[in-house]
Amino acid sequence: MEITFYLSAAIAIAATLMVITVSNATHALLYLIVSLLAVAIVFFVLGAPFAAALEIIIYAGAIMVLFVFVMMMLNLGKAAAAREQGWLNPGIWTGPGVLAALLLAELAYIFAQGGDTPWGTAAVTAKEVGIALFGPYLLGVELASLLLLAGLVGACHLGWNQAGIETGHEEERGHENG
Amino acid sequence: MRTVEAIAAIPMHHGLVLAAILFALGMIGILARRNLVFILMSIEIMLNAAGLAFVVAGARWEQADGQVMLIFILAVAAAEVSVGLALLLLLYRRFQTLDADAVSKMRG
Amino acid sequence: MLSLLWLIPTLPLAGFLVLALGGKYLGHRSIAVIGTSSTALSALIAILIGMDFIAAPPPGFVFRQEAWSWIAVAGFSPGIGFYLDALSLVMVLVVTLISFLIHLYSTEFMSGDEDYARFFAYMNLFVGSMCILILADNLLFLYLGWEGVGLCSYLLIGFWYRDPANGRAARKAFIVTRIGDTAMAIGLFLLFTHLGTLDIQPLMQCAGQQWPEGEGLAILTAALLLAGAAGKSAQLPLQTWLPDAMAGPTPVSALMHAATMVTAGVYLIARTHVLFTLAPVVQHAVAVIGALTLLLAGFSALVQTDIKRVLAYSTISQIGYMFLALGVGAWSAAIFHLVTHAFFKALLFLSAGVVIMSLHEEHNIFRMGALRKKLPIVFWTFLIGSASLAALPLVTAGFYSKDLILWRAWSSAGGNPWLWAAGWGGAILTGLYIFRVVFLVFFGEARTAMPPGTARPGLRITLPLIVLAAFSLVGGWIETPPFLGNLTLFSSFVQHALPPAQAVHGEKNDETILELLAIAASLGGIALAYLLFLRYPAFLQGMMLIPAFARIREFWQSGWGFDRFYEFLFVRPYLWLAHADRRDVIDNIYKMALSCMLRWLQKVDPHDVINTIYNGLAGLCLFLHRALSATQSGQVRRYAAAIATGSIGILFIGIFA
Repeated sequence: MEITFYLSAAIAIAATLMVITVSNATHALLYLIVSLLAVAIVFFVLGAPFAAALEIIIYAGAIMVLFVFVMMMLNLGKAAAAREQGWLNPGIWTGPGVLAALLLAELAYIFAQGGDTPWGTAAVTAKEVGIALFGPYLLGVELASLLLLAGLVGACHLGWNQAGIETGHEEERGHENG
Repeated sequence: MRTVEAIAAIPMHHGLVLAAILFALGMIGILARRNLVFILMSIEIMLNAAGLAFVVAGARWEQADGQVMLIFILAVAAAEVSVGLALLLLLYRRFQTLDADAVSKMRG
Repeated sequence: MLSLLWLIPTLPLAGFLVLALGGKYLGHRSIAVIGTSSTALSALIAILIGMDFIAAPPPGFVFRQEAWSWIAVAGFSPGIGFYLDALSLVMVLVVTLISFLIHLYSTEFMSGDEDYARFFAYMNLFVGSMCILILADNLLFLYLGWEGVGLCSYLLIGFWYRDPANGRAARKAFIVTRIGDTAMAIGLFLLFTHLGTLDIQPLMQCAGQQWPEGEGLAILTAALLLAGAAGKSAQLPLQTWLPDAMAGPTPVSALMHAATMVTAGVYLIARTHVLFTLAPVVQHAVAVIGALTLLLAGFSALVQTDIKRVLAYSTISQIGYMFLALGVGAWSAAIFHLVTHAFFKALLFLSAGVVIMSLHEEHNIFRMGALRKKLPIVFWTFLIGSASLAALPLVTAGFYSKDLILWRAWSSAGGNPWLWAAGWGGAILTGLYIFRVVFLVFFGEARTAMPPGTARPGLRITLPLIVLAAFSLVGGWIETPPFLGNLTLFSSFVQHALPPAQAVHGEKNDETILELLAIAASLGGIALAYLLFLRYPAFLQGMMLIPAFARIREFWQSGWGFDRFYEFLFVRPYLWLAHADRRDVIDNIYKMALSCMLRWLQKVDPHDVINTIYNGLAGLCLFLHRALSATQSGQVRRYAAAIATGSIGILFIGIFA
């Protein structure tokens, strides 16, 4: 069981590393899905089977499919990957790398203070999650529903504009190229 | 089903370190990449890392709250990504590029 | 029968859903049938429930119906519940009945409009929201109806949205009422945090037990609720939206003024009267606001030239009477006037709609005239409505209700001669301004020829007019003053929900004298109108030549300059701030400082030794300036980097400090 955790953690890190470094967007997306699946396994090992299922269904499933659709609509070819390669000169990694190293150092310091507490012994089942969600967190659920509604309306509105009401000729060209 | 001895073997901060690493990688992705698709993906990575940290903490205290927070994060991610991708499409149609640096002119 | 209560708001809402979703696929006839029958059915149910309620009153004269629990979180569980007592029964009867008549009228009035389905959808939503507002048994549900009413008024005022002026009027109504609504929401928060519930009846009991009279919190919450009510009911200082709300179609104005919108504030105060009794200061403020509003609006109504604006100001003025009655504790008198006002104001608006339609969108009363012969039915209905508004003695409903208010303004514990005098003066004004319209529009000589071929109004228009006219006449006979039989059917019925008013000052004889004075006021106003506008119009025209009078007239016509005042006080400074902000103030300051420094440096001798220091300084300034403008590059990634750096820095401080 331990080995599962460390193995999937290693896979998650490696896949995420690939996501941010490859130049082809579709490949990056596939790596991202691998990373999410690895994290789902981590959830399972942590005793959160419900979270693991959600991670696969919603994250690796629904949200990633959304990305795939957009990628299809954009229809980025080899030229895009080449340009991407051009943007990725080695110098660009230094600043973010330093910041990330600082962040990791700080977090490591915090974790080191906490000591190595092992975690609990029982899995948290879907039933418990459901009871918590629709008990004390009900207001949060309502807010989340409002947020999703706003997202839906926003995406719908933005999508409608693309149909060429406001942008006019530019629109047409965009459509032909796409 | 998990067994008792297997759980006790993994210290809590290993899970948190994993979350921290993923978070930092996502941050690097946002700062280093110029392509908006990659930036959005990196945001997903960071949100996911935050969710992981919540689940780890929830597992530590054997409470459902961690997973509840993950569900909220999922909802936020879904709303964010739908609007974000719609904006990205709009930008691409209008400017013919996904370069985040190219769209720096603000009109106010 | 009582268990059908939930259908009253549900039917119009269902009508709204059907029309909003399927309106595109329906013909005019089915749209009219759906739109009207939903309100007709809900009026029918209201009548049946009312009969049942009176014949076999439920225990305690209260009927409650809990549909389901809305949300339940952290000890807060507002329900979707309906509460029927004498007060809400009266309100719901009036609202549904008048709404039905207005819908019937609209089926013909709006028949030429391309957005027929949209119109009826909004109207149904309007009625449904108002029924929710009235029947709600907790303040949150009431607030839902309250906001629904506000939304519908916005949609309907801007119904003909292609004209930007209509859109402006709609926005104005929405924004001005929003000020009141915000205050009301804060009031609800306060009530909930301090009393722990929003269910109206437990809340009122709780407030009565926990707060002594004059308690600060009671005063604060009552004042906040009053602000909400003043916004909705177009009272000072939030009255400016109502005259502009005339941009909507005429049936909308009728609905808004008679039944659904402006009466909501009066109802809110009556519903939460316990709070106002606990805060005598605020209650007195209600009376003073009412008295001032009725006078100011009366003067403004006197000089308007647009027939609908006259009626709009008259509504503000009549709601002022209701506030006056509420303020002196004459709860039932206020509701009684609300009922009679609903009848005659709906009648006046609908009649005015026919006049405007027959003259092809002519609103100016000075271009009308001699319509008595051409539109006989409308002439009589408008006359009856005007007589009722002017409180013509004995025969009209308005007489009984206004009289009751005037008497209470004198005799109640909260009343005093000043308030009475304001109401009395308002009565003269009322007779004067409304009969000015009557004489100018229906008498005299024709100033605009009625276009030939104008269709006479059909049955669907005349029937509502006749029914409303009948109600405007006989509606008052359920409550008469002592010297006319002393019938108290209305007040003794409403007493089950609202405490009776006690006469404190004034003898029985006083009442008769005051009655006679009030009769004199209304008759005097009408007579004055006859003299000034029909018999000797030259006198007034002569007066208007004097600049001072002309200026006063202009001032009144613009509604006492409130619009200009608010423009000056709020709109301009805000716009100025926005413009200043847009020009990047901070950036400009830097630029200015920099250019000053450079200019100063140029004056200094270039070969000076000290100059290098100055140059260094200038270079530093230039560098800082560039660094600052670099933060506004517009590049998202730099912003993200800044955010990341900042959070890492804060984390660092959090760990090591």
